[in-house]
Amino acid sequence: MDKLPDIVGSIPYLLEGAGYTVAITAVALAIGFCVGLPLALTRVYGDKLASSLAAAYSTALRGLPALVVLFILFYGLSSVISLPAFIAGCLALGVCSSAYQMELLRGAIQSVGPGQMMAARALGMPRLQAIAFIVLPQALRLAIPAWSNEAAVVLKDSSLVYAVGLAELLRRSQQVAARTYQPFLVYVLCAVIYFGLTFATNRSLDTVERAMRLPTPLEEMH
Amino acid sequence: MQGDAALPFILEGLLAFWDMIWPGLGKGILTTLQVSAVGLVLGLLAGLPAAVARVYGPRWLRRLATAYIEMFRGTPLLVQLFVIYYGLPDVAFWLEGLGLPGKWLILDNTVAAYIALGLNSGAYQAEYFRGAIQAIGAGQIMAARAIGMSQLQAVINIVLPQALRLALPAWSNEVAYMVKYSSVVFIIAVPDLLARGQFIISKHYNPMEILLTVGAIYLAMVLIISTLMGRLEKRLRIPGLELEIERA
Amino acid sequence: MSEAIVRVQDLHKAYGSTEVLSGVSLEVNEGEVLVIIGPSGTGKSTLLRCINLLTRPDQGRVWLDGEEVTAPHADVNHIRERVGMVFQDFNLFNHLTALGNVMVGLTKVKRMPKQEAHELALFELERVGLQDKADLYPAQLSGGQKQRVAIARALGMDPRVMLFDEPTSALDPELIGEVLEVMKKLAREGMTMIVVTHEMGFAREVSNRMIFMEHGVIVEQGPPEQLFYCAEHPRTCEFLGKITELYGPRQREEE
Repeated sequence: MDKLPDIVGSIPYLLEGAGYTVAITAVALAIGFCVGLPLALTRVYGDKLASSLAAAYSTALRGLPALVVLFILFYGLSSVISLPAFIAGCLALGVCSSAYQMELLRGAIQSVGPGQMMAARALGMPRLQAIAFIVLPQALRLAIPAWSNEAAVVLKDSSLVYAVGLAELLRRSQQVAARTYQPFLVYVLCAVIYFGLTFATNRSLDTVERAMRLPTPLEEMH
Repeated sequence: MQGDAALPFILEGLLAFWDMIWPGLGKGILTTLQVSAVGLVLGLLAGLPAAVARVYGPRWLRRLATAYIEMFRGTPLLVQLFVIYYGLPDVAFWLEGLGLPGKWLILDNTVAAYIALGLNSGAYQAEYFRGAIQAIGAGQIMAARAIGMSQLQAVINIVLPQALRLALPAWSNEVAYMVKYSSVVFIIAVPDLLARGQFIISKHYNPMEILLTVGAIYLAMVLIISTLMGRLEKRLRIPGLELEIERA
Repeated sequence: MSEAIVRVQDLHKAYGSTEVLSGVSLEVNEGEVLVIIGPSGTGKSTLLRCINLLTRPDQGRVWLDGEEVTAPHADVNHIRERVGMVFQDFNLFNHLTALGNVMVGLTKVKRMPKQEAHELALFELERVGLQDKADLYPAQLSGGQKQRVAIARALGMDPRVMLFDEPTSALDPELIGEVLEVMKKLAREGMTMIVVTHEMGFAREVSNRMIFMEHGVIVEQGPPEQLFYCAEHPRTCEFLGKITELYGPRQREEE
C-alpha cells in the first residue's frame, strides 16, 4: 500500500483522460443525433424506397461491433486519409450511435398518436410544419429515457478508443498501472470514475426529463 | 470477349483472397462463437439468480444483487476485462504475500474473457429477467400458494416458465450484443475473429479489405442469429403473453 | 340560389376488400346544418375525411366553395384552412396549452403576428366559454373542455364549413351537454356544419337536413321531421325506431 499516494497523485491525470472520454461521448452523441433524427424521420414519413434504405442502414450498423467500425476508420482508411485517433473515435461511435438513435427516435415518433398529425393537417399545416411543431416536440420528450440509456452506452463504448491509442481514461489508467505496478487498484479506480460519469449522465438526463415534463392532470377538475 | 478475359482474373483474385483469409478467419469465427456462447451461458447462470434475488430475496440479498447489477452495467466491458485479467493476478500476489492461496486468481486470457463477458452479460440479463418476473402479476404466486405450493415451488413452476418466455425477445437482443461485444477480447490477445483479421492485416497490409470482410462476417452472424432467435420466439410464444424490454 | 359550399360527387373508397363508400353524392349550402346518422362503420367518418382530403377517395370529386379539392394539383393545405374539423378523440396538441392550441394554426399556417393571434385565440376560447382555462394543458382539462378547445381551434381558422366527426362519442354523459351547447350556438350564428353523431336530440333540434347512411350509401335524405316521423325507407324507420325507443315517446310530446 506504499503505492497508494502515488495512485492518488495520479488522479488528476486520470481525470484529464476522463475529460477526453466525456468529449468523445458528447461529440459522438451529437453526430448520432444529427444523423439519426433525419433517418428516423425518413423511416417514418419517407416513401417506400427511402424508408427501406434507412432500415437497411440501421440493420447494417447495428450488426457491426463498434470496435470494427473504429478500426475501419482508423486503419482501413489509413492509406487514403490518416484520421487522428480522437476523430476516428468520435466518427466511429457517432456512426454506430446514429443507428441506435434512429431506432429509438423512430419509436418515439411512432408513439405520438396519428391523431396529432391528422389534427395538424386538418388545420392546413403542411407536413413538414406538422412534423416540426407538433410531432417532434412531443416525440423528443418521449425519447428522453431511451436516449439517456444510449448516452450511457456511448460513454462506456468510448473506452474502446483505447485500442487506437488515444490517451483517454482507460489508456491513462493502463499507464498508471504500469508505472505503479498496482493494476488492480488502478483499474478499479478507473471503473469507479466511469461509474461516476455514467451515474452523473443518467441523473442529469433524469433532471432534464422532469424539467420538460408536461403538467399532469390536476387532482380536481374545475 | 473482354468480359471473358476478365473472368479468370476475378476468379484468381477471389481464390487468392480466400487463401488469405481461410482458415484464419474461420478459426476466428469459431472462437468468437465459442466465447459468446460461454459468455451467454455464464450470464444466464449469474443473471437469473440475481433477478430472482432482486425480486424475491431478503433485503441484504436484494442489496447484493443490485450492487452487482449496477456495478457491471455502470462500467465499460473493457474496463471489467482489464480488472479481471490484469488486476486479479495483482490480488493473487497480495494474497500469496499474506500466506493465503491466490494462484487460482491468475487466469489465462480466454478464461478471463469468459468471466468478464459472463458477469457483464449477467448484469444486463438480470434486468430483463427482473422486468419479466415483475410483469408476471402477483396473482400468479397467490394462486400457486393457494393450492399449497411453497414460495420456491411457485417461483420455479409458475413464475419462471412464463417469465423466461416474456424475456425471450430481450434475450435475443442479448445474443446479438454478445457476439458484437465479444470483439473486445481481441485486446487481451484472445484469437477471436477480429484478432485473426488483425493478424492477416499485419502480414498482408490490406486493412480495408480484411476489416470490411470481418465486418461483413459479424453482420452475417448477427443477422443469422436474429433470424434464428425470431423463429425460436415464434415457436415458444404463448398467445397474449408479450412484453417490450430494451437493452439498457 | 347560392352556390353550395360543399359539393361531393360519387365518392368511392375501399380499404382492402371492404368498400366503405359506394357512390356518395351530396351538397351542403351556406348556413345549413347537415347531420349524418347511421350504424357504426358505414363510412360516415370516411366521408367527412374525404371532404378535407385527410383521406383520398378512390373515385369521385369534392368541391369547396367552387374550388375542386380532389384536383390533381390542388393546394390542399390552403383548402384545409377553410375547413374546420373536430375529431372524436379531440386530438389536442398535448405539448401546447389551450391557448397555444388555438394559436398554433394562426401563427404557423395563417402567419398572423403573435399579438394578433393571441387576441383572436382568446376571443375564440371565450366563444366556447373557456377563456379562464387558456393556460392549462390538455392533460389538465376534462373531456368536454378538451373538445370545446378543439372547436375553438377549428373556429380560429375562420372556416367556411365545420366538420364534426362524432364529437361527443368519447365523452362521459354529463360532459356531452356543454359541447352540444357550443355546437347549437354555432348553428344559431349561421355556421355551415356537417355533423356525424348519434345524438338524436341534437339532430332533431338543430339540423336543417339529415342523412341516413348505411353500407357506404345514402339511404335517405331530408328534413329531420321526415326521417324521424314519416321516413320513406323502411331501414331508416328501423334504425331510428331503435334509437327513439331509448328516448321514448316523451320526446315526441315535447315537440
